[in-house]
Order: sequence, then C-alpha cells, then structure tokens
Amino acid sequence: MSTKARAVSHQYPIPIEPRAPARAAKLGPVCVGHSDASQAAPIAKVGLNEICLSYRTQTGERLLALDHISLQVRAGEFVCIVGPSGCGKSTLLHLIAGLHSQTSGQVLVDGHPVQGPGTDRILIFQEHGLFPWLTVAENVEFGMKMKGVPRAERIEKMRHYLRLVHLAKFEKSYIHQLSGGMKQRVAIARALATEPDVLLMDEPFAALDAQTRDLLHDELERIWNETGRTIIFVTHNVREAVRLGDRVVLLTFRPGRVKSEFPISLARPRSLEDPEVALTAREVLEELRDEINRSLEAEYAAGVKPHIAPGEEA
Amino acid sequence: MKRAARYVIFYAALLALWTLLAKLKIWPPYLFPTPWGVAESLYAGFQDHTYWIAIRVSMQRVLIGYGISVVLGMILGLGVASNKFLEDTMGGLLVSLQSLPSICWWPLALLWFGLNQNAILFVVIMGSLLSVTLAMEDGRKQMPKIFGQAGRNLGAKGIKLFWYVLLPASLPFIVSGLKQGWAFAWRSLITAEMLYLSLGLGQVLMMGRDLNDMSAVIAVMLLIIAIGYIIDGVVFKAMERHLQNKWGLAPAN
Repeated sequence: MSTKARAVSHQYPIPIEPRAPARAAKLGPVCVGHSDASQAAPIAKVGLNEICLSYRTQTGERLLALDHISLQVRAGEFVCIVGPSGCGKSTLLHLIAGLHSQTSGQVLVDGHPVQGPGTDRILIFQEHGLFPWLTVAENVEFGMKMKGVPRAERIEKMRHYLRLVHLAKFEKSYIHQLSGGMKQRVAIARALATEPDVLLMDEPFAALDAQTRDLLHDELERIWNETGRTIIFVTHNVREAVRLGDRVVLLTFRPGRVKSEFPISLARPRSLEDPEVALTAREVLEELRDEINRSLEAEYAAGVKPHIAPGEEA
Repeated sequence: MKRAARYVIFYAALLALWTLLAKLKIWPPYLFPTPWGVAESLYAGFQDHTYWIAIRVSMQRVLIGYGISVVLGMILGLGVASNKFLEDTMGGLLVSLQSLPSICWWPLALLWFGLNQNAILFVVIMGSLLSVTLAMEDGRKQMPKIFGQAGRNLGAKGIKLFWYVLLPASLPFIVSGLKQGWAFAWRSLITAEMLYLSLGLGQVLMMGRDLNDMSAVIAVMLLIIAIGYIIDGVVFKAMERHLQNKWGLAPAN
C-alpha cells in the first residue's frame, strides 16, 4: 500500500500550475490501482457506513454520541470535518484509527473492515502525542522501528521526512526543546514516516498561534501535494476547513449526524485571507450556527442562552 | 560554598558534642564509645576484609531481591492498573498488605525455604515488591492516555507497547516509588540478616553486639546509612536528573 502511494507521488510530482486538474489526474490512477475496484464504482479509501456510537454516562443513562454517520472518502482526498465541540468529531477519528470501536455500523478502509489500529491510518493528536523520552529522530523512527524496518533505512527515511517538515537540524533535540508549531511538524513527520495511506488529524493546529498556524497550513497543503496521502482533518474552525479541504463535512451537535457537505473547488494554493475562502466559510458557518447555539445552550444549561448573531465568527 | 560551610559546621558540632559526652564518661565506654573508637573499628574492619565481604554479600542480596521486586512489581502493577477486576480485588489487598512489616514474613520464609539465602531474598522481595507495584499502578494511571494511544496508533502492541511506550512513559511517575522500594528492600535485608547469621552487614552488626563492642556496632550502622544514602543520592538522583533533562521539567511534582 505504501509503495503504491509513493509511486503515485513520483509519477506525479508537485503540480505547480494549474492546481485543480493536477489533483484530478492524480486521483484517477490511485483508484484504478485496485484491481477489484476497476470494474464498478471505485471503492472508497475510507468508508463509514451507518456508524453509531453510544455509551453509558456516569449517571447510568445511555448517550448517543454518533448517529448513523455515513461518509465516503476518496483516495488522495482532503476532507475536513467540522462541528461544534461535543459533536463527536474527534471520536469519529479514533474509530477510523481503530483506537475505539463503534456500537454499530462499519468502518472500511479499501473495502476491508477496520480491526484495531493499523499503520495504514495514522492519527495526529491535538496535543501532538510525541514521546518526551525520545529525541526528535527517535520519535520519527518509532513507527518504523515497531514495524521492524532496518536501521539504515529508518535513518534515511527519518531524515527525508524531517527535511520535508523543515526540521532537519533538530534531529537530536528533545521534544520539550521545541516550540508548539515545531512539535506539530514533528508529529506530522512521525506520522508520514510510517507511510500511512490515510492521515487522520484531530484539531492539530488548534493550540497554535495564528502565524504558526498559517505557516503549517501552507506546509500541510504542500506535503499533501507531494505525498498524495488521503487526509481526514477534524476542526471546529470553519475557515481552516475551507482553506484546506476538497470537501467540508458538517456534523450536528449531539448526537453527531452528517448535516451537510460542501465540495470546495477553490483554486489552490489557498490562504486563510482569500475573500473566496471567507465567503465560502460564511456559507458553511450559516449552516453551522444552529448547531453551535445548541452546543452553547447545553453548556450554559443554567438558563443563560447566548446566541451567535448572524455574521459573527464562531 | 555556603552550603558546604553549613554542612561542615553542623557535623563538626555534632562530633564535638559526641566527643564531649564520651569524655565526661557519664556512661562506661563499652556503652557509649568515642568517635575515634568507632573510627578505629571502621579501619580495622576494612583492614581485615570483614566489612568488604559483608558489603559484597549484602549488596548482592539486595540487588537480586530488589531486581526481582522491580520486574515483578512492574508487571503486577501494570496488570492491576489496566484490569478493572484486578483493581477492585487486588488493589485493596496490596494496600492493606503494605502495612505489614516485611520481617513478619520471616517465619513463613524459614518454613518454605529453610534457613538459607532464599529466605532472606524472600523477605527482601516482600519488603519492596508492594511499593514498586503500587507505584507502577499509580504511574500507569497518572500517565497521560495519549502516549498509549499514540503508541498503538504507530503499530506498537503487546510487549513492545509495554517496553517502548508504557514503561518509559510512566518512569517519571514511578521513580519515587522505585526509590521507596529500594529503601524498604535495604531495611528488610538488614533486619533479616540480623535474625539469621550468614555473613552480610546485619550479621556483622549483631556480632558487635555479642562481643559487647559498641564501637563496631556504630561503625556498621554508619556503613548501612552510607550505602543507603549513596544509592539514593547518587543512583536515583542521576536517574531523576536524566529524566528531567529529557522531559524538560520536574515531572512528578
């Protein structure tokens, strides 16, 4: 799987201009590559079929967190999932990563049901989840070491991916010596180094300052272009979602359902400040507003009901 | 510098007081030895190799016993921390057992293992195993969940997950427990050696008593303190400093 993904990225080097057709051309061969998929409709890279998740709260009542979520993600696609806090969007990523299991429904990767964690899907956490007892290099090598990749190859790849995130000089540093943005870049390098087909990103930039985030958006877009990975990116920031995604999926507040989907066909590279991005974000936010209000109401259950007036950012 | 000066003044005063009390001869010398008497005993003990042999034997025992405790305790602690049933059942038992002085196992150890080294080892293990187990259990719970998730996510499972992720991730949280386990192991060992004469520092101490040689008794006490202190202040300090450098802060604060 990983070799295939790499082959794709070699075959189609960084498309500089024009962006959109290059992406389209890139998607074709990836799907055809699966022999079983060449006949009928291509099998989605990641398929969520009627996912439900419920759990028992401490007071003993059953809470439905995810309600019949269905979503098909194509290979090489960049999908952003947006929703108010408490809609279960992070949980959804954990399900795809195989760290939890759903109550009912199926998570399919290349048409096969997910059974536990696998290095074809790597999750990047908001709090980065890097190992503080290892150096940057050892962190990036970790997944390969678990797989039993020989040392020489590990080092070579580690250097490659650290260069990709512009951290080649920090090989020997420990995690606490890095800034927040650098930590997230190490996390991205560590995830990429296991050569997953799918990158799952759980609000990875939420804790960063605006400038760092802008920079990482650019880098992520570039890395996505260079590596041809499928990315499922969870955020509560609508603008970020529109700036990055090929498609934005909106989840409702408790229980999480797919409310609507927005294909984003704006030209790349994009920027958070692009008027088109802002305009599209406003459209999405319009839909999201009810959900945010519901989530706020739940939070201020004591009777205070602040509403977001139209036109305000979430 | 200032700290060193304070040390010197304090211990000089202590030594002076001791000398004064000994000089006053309130108690007979065989009950209250002089500092130089103790120093002579120390010198003689090292000179005729008695202390060297005793230290070697004691260290060997405590290292084996403590080593077994650490390995067993980590496995046990991890098991208790990650299994609800074990936690509910064994968790309480472990805490209550910790109030039992380890030397209480001595009669049983004698019956089970006979009058030999294994009985001593058993007491040492029982002395330190619980501390390590409870520390590991606690460390596993305190350890941020994200490390385990990230590890599994990157393909680590089973023994690899334990060795490469859970163990190093919990180290900052269990260092104090390991230290406590060491102190218990050391104390249990000396106690057991005093009860059963078979070389070791505890035996040398009892020999001093039998010969009414209080200088020798105090000399050995000083040795026991010194060894305990060196392990604590050198080995564990180094470990803590190493962890702090890596993690970037005082981790188990």
